[in-house]
Amino acid sequence: MTPLGELNALVLGFFIVATIAMTVTRQVGACLQVFIVQSLLLAASAFLLGAVPFSWHLFALGCVTLLSKALVIPWLLRWLVPGEIYRKREIGRTLDTPATLLAALALTFAGYFFAQHLVKAAPNLSAGNVSMGFAALLVGLLVLAVRVEAVPQLLGILAMENAAFLAGIAIAPDFPLIAELAIAFDVPLLAFIVALLTRIAYRRMGTTEVGALSTLRERSR
Amino acid sequence: MIVAVPAIALCAALWCAIPRSGRAAPLVTVAGSFVTFAISGWILWSLRLGGTVVTAVGWIEMDSLGAVLLALIAFVYFTASLFSWGYLNADDGRRLRQYHANFNLFAFSMLSIPCLSELGLVWIFVELTTLLSVLLVSYEQTAEAVEAAWKYMVLTLIGATVAVLGVLILFWALHTAGSTDFTWSGLRMHAAALPRPLVEVAFVLLLVGYGAKIGLVPLHAWLPDAHSQAPSPVCAMLSGVETTAVLYVILRLRDVFASDPSLHVGIWFSVVGLTSVGVASFLILQAHDYKRLFAFSTVEHMGLILTAASIFTPAGDIATVWQMLAHSLAKSLCFYAAGAVLVIAGTREIANVRGLLAESPTTAGAFLFGALAIGGAPPMVVFLSELAILWSALQARLYAVAVLLTLFIVLAFFGLLWRVTTMIGGEHRLPGRRLPAACALAIAVAAIPVIVFGVWLPGGIYDALRSAGQALGAL
Repeated sequence: MTPLGELNALVLGFFIVATIAMTVTRQVGACLQVFIVQSLLLAASAFLLGAVPFSWHLFALGCVTLLSKALVIPWLLRWLVPGEIYRKREIGRTLDTPATLLAALALTFAGYFFAQHLVKAAPNLSAGNVSMGFAALLVGLLVLAVRVEAVPQLLGILAMENAAFLAGIAIAPDFPLIAELAIAFDVPLLAFIVALLTRIAYRRMGTTEVGALSTLRERSR
Repeated sequence: MIVAVPAIALCAALWCAIPRSGRAAPLVTVAGSFVTFAISGWILWSLRLGGTVVTAVGWIEMDSLGAVLLALIAFVYFTASLFSWGYLNADDGRRLRQYHANFNLFAFSMLSIPCLSELGLVWIFVELTTLLSVLLVSYEQTAEAVEAAWKYMVLTLIGATVAVLGVLILFWALHTAGSTDFTWSGLRMHAAALPRPLVEVAFVLLLVGYGAKIGLVPLHAWLPDAHSQAPSPVCAMLSGVETTAVLYVILRLRDVFASDPSLHVGIWFSVVGLTSVGVASFLILQAHDYKRLFAFSTVEHMGLILTAASIFTPAGDIATVWQMLAHSLAKSLCFYAAGAVLVIAGTREIANVRGLLAESPTTAGAFLFGALAIGGAPPMVVFLSELAILWSALQARLYAVAVLLTLFIVLAFFGLLWRVTTMIGGEHRLPGRRLPAACALAIAVAAIPVIVFGVWLPGGIYDALRSAGQALGAL
């Protein structure tokens, strides 16, 4: 493995740790910070993979990720979502910490081994990105399942998207336009709309515990 | 010319976003949607015998299948604009402006899907359909509406994230096969050379990812909630054409996946389709909210279309496109009728609506007509399309599929009829509000093709359905 490849492997390790940390971090503000770290690691992996051979697509993706996910989204969320949610409140969870960690580890292994099926099809690519991408995608789903607060749920979706692109930069480094466009426009729009919805929820219900909402269901007769 | 269609919706959205445009916003939306529909109709007419319109090679291209979908979206956009005019007229100017700006943006995202041929861009616009409709679903700003919008957003965005991985893997497969022509035609041309393991994983990810957006069982949890809480014209768009537009993406990829015989795409489609039809027909029986009733019917119809696509014969492909058309026309009518009932009765609960016929014969008639139409009663358009699916299944010797479909369709029909007739008859105890004229006009316009295409399919429409079926693949 080349020195850049070794560095990328280290980045991938930190990426999966950051994703698992999002499942157990208690404060909403801390969860947002962990997400920023995860986005920085995605950008770092794009720069490392794009260095040799040089790929302007991957460099563009890394720059857009830095701008969009490490700067614009945190700013949007801080601006639109009431500050007290970040400062005072702890996150309620549907699973306790040990059970969440165990589930995250199990999903990491499951994602890793599922990806091996794909990696065999193209031995030359960065297999670590594909494996860790699949593992982090499943752990991102766990973030959505265990969190009941609106902001961490949004961060769970964004973490899943980061995971998909972590695999994507290895398997489709010259993908035409989609990754750059998606991250540059779709993701900030997503954060903006979710933050607006969170504001409406907070104003109408006095809470942002969207995971606990369960009034809409079929009644048994 | 095809770019003009979504561009007009975008211009209407920008106009409605201008401050102080509040009271004029409904007019701008109706005018914009009408022009959009007229141009889409002209595009459909010019592509009715086949061919492709190319605006930007590899990015913006349209064939007859895309043209059918474009015309359907534009028609529902037009009737939904008319209905919105009457339905939301009591709201203040600012909220009205916000609604119409959002509504036009939502239409823009949907109208763009059939115009595009590059899969990455298609994925972006599919995601945009969710993002631009979330605030429409939560428009009432009640706790229930926020809950519905949240569920809708989370589940469909999880689906979009799973689907993007499928899109990336498909691109990888194409790249491995030596091509970068990531369009519908490019993928089909190189389908046989795509590495099997990659195609298999991409198929699963795309079916699950887009399936969540379509509302296929078991990924349908958001659909009844969003449809019960969103304003009725938004429901017409969501249910009538948004789900169909996303299903169109899966149908477009069907033959790419089918090039791998070990994948058994037909079996997957029929199992998922029949499960959706079956589960939805039972859910219809226990619905307590008449908008949820029609939402479950959407799940049923998405399953029907997927099952029709699993037949893999020329007749099956025409039936698939026919069912897409029938569903979009009849389902939008149903939601306008449901919106009219909500205006008259002020409640969504089936148990609280009695004596609708005595209170408002027009609304009761429209509601019953809509329910009969979507249930598949003759001589409406859904009856013919469902008959075409069953006949295609029998011709292809898929007897088990035909029998199960018949059972589930009959069950859903009687479930719908049972629920609707209890609301129409009985003791009159409704508050007695009047239906706005624009709402009545929208219902009348939406009802015309539902009945006309049931008794007489004009030659041009038949040609368009046939060409669209050919574009789907098997002819």
